[in-house]
Amino acid sequence: MTKPATISFHDLTLGYNRHPAVHHITGEVARGDLLALVGPNGAGKSTLLKGIVGQLKPLSGSFSLDGLKRSDIAYLPQQIDIDRTFPITVFDAVAMGLWHDIGAWRGLDGERSQAVQEALRALGLQDLGERSVGALSGGQFQRVLFARLLLQDATIILLDEPFRAVDTKTVEDLLRIIARWHKEGRTVIAALHDLDQVRAHFPKTLLIAREVVAWGPTKPVLTPKNLAEARQLTEAWDEHAEVCARDEAASERISV
Amino acid sequence: MIHAIIDPFVEFAFMRRALVGCFALSLGAPPVGVFLVLRRLSLMGDAMSHAILPGAAIGFLVAGLSVPAMSLGGFIAGIAVVLLAGFVTRSTILREDASLAAFYLVSLALGVLIVSVKGSSIDLLHVLFGTVLALDDTALILIATIATLTMLVLATIYRPLVLECFDPSFLDSVSRLSSPTHFLFLVLVVLNLVGGFQALGTLMVVGIMLLPAITARFWARDISNMIVIAVAAAVAASLVGLLLSYYLNLPTGPAIILSAGVGYLVSMLIGVQGGLLWQLMPRRHLEA
Repeated sequence: MTKPATISFHDLTLGYNRHPAVHHITGEVARGDLLALVGPNGAGKSTLLKGIVGQLKPLSGSFSLDGLKRSDIAYLPQQIDIDRTFPITVFDAVAMGLWHDIGAWRGLDGERSQAVQEALRALGLQDLGERSVGALSGGQFQRVLFARLLLQDATIILLDEPFRAVDTKTVEDLLRIIARWHKEGRTVIAALHDLDQVRAHFPKTLLIAREVVAWGPTKPVLTPKNLAEARQLTEAWDEHAEVCARDEAASERISV
Repeated sequence: MIHAIIDPFVEFAFMRRALVGCFALSLGAPPVGVFLVLRRLSLMGDAMSHAILPGAAIGFLVAGLSVPAMSLGGFIAGIAVVLLAGFVTRSTILREDASLAAFYLVSLALGVLIVSVKGSSIDLLHVLFGTVLALDDTALILIATIATLTMLVLATIYRPLVLECFDPSFLDSVSRLSSPTHFLFLVLVVLNLVGGFQALGTLMVVGIMLLPAITARFWARDISNMIVIAVAAAVAASLVGLLLSYYLNLPTGPAIILSAGVGYLVSMLIGVQGGLLWQLMPRRHLEA
């Protein structure tokens, strides 16, 4: 039973200033996959997600999104440059998730306000709607971001370390939301560090260390051998790196 | 008391004109200031006000003390600096504040040079400090037009603008409105500075834009209230400033800005959103 691919990578290399952060990624994310993106710091997890949402142009190779538009992808970045002191209520901040529906000018009618209320309730924020976001704790704020993601109603949801600095209760609640997305047939990719969590909740795993180490069902991917290999492969950015040998080999093949 | 407030305006046409001009300014500039404050670009308003100087000076050279010429010149200079700074920010390692600083400093020096070589120091004072008690019809219409335009444009770009201040990367991820919004907003900043400098001068005009907005931060919990309060504070400062200058024979522009400054100081002390006195007062915390 192979489900149709929703994201296909074709020898994709992403990076900054010609230095690849991840290179030569080939493979497919099937529609409805709940995929954990695992790898050491500097493995290129965030880079890969940024590439998918189009914030980084591929250095080489390509990927396709099966006809999906940019607005079909919801993305929760790791470095959020949100101004937490901004005078805006929790309700309004969450309601921004309806942008795909109401755009810059349409108003929130009764039905849509109802949807916002439901999103708040799903994250246990129903009593905080009128608070300003500045008054929230870190965990509550992460719930706000998830409520907004709920409203975005996206086909593909990318989460970059969504559980950083939140307590176990919050993690449980957020995992429940992720499970709900999975059940609704959405494709979810989450960059994570907690391997036990990945084993418990994520059927598939992509282990990267600047390249694909292993990709598939979680259990055979997260073996001690693969994890050790991943640790080894993650080397520092080298200012004087040579041109990637694989590219050279490839171009030689072409020239021959 | 009522008479003391109303009489100067009943008696003198120049006071009425000054009041109308300042009220119109108070409708457009403070909302723009609110967004500048919330984007932590408060000092950019200051920089931009200097940037429009050479344009106004060239307008002055060409046509004398003519409102349309100086305004057009100021507008062109302001937009040029915005575009150049934006271009440098996007294409080099400089951040927006640094590239803007570079251009506005050059622009300011150029402006002062032009005015002092070709004009008298009285002219320079006019440009720097405005002539709120000598607003002619053209100036009033210009200020009113800019205020109207500002409110219309703000209403149109309100949602993307709020989102761009609160969570720019989210706006980027859901729409392509980010750069047009940013640019339109900067145009509004320049427009309002140009509109205000006839009345208050290039230096003081920033005051009516930013002080009420900063004041409002101490009273409002969400941005729409903040805008309303900022406008109210600007209107109040205009009225008080004009009366003070009338009765105490003070220069009008500084009197208005100082009134706004007093409003700020008071709000900083007693404002309900993080005012100093509230923090000093030991209040028992709530249950939840």
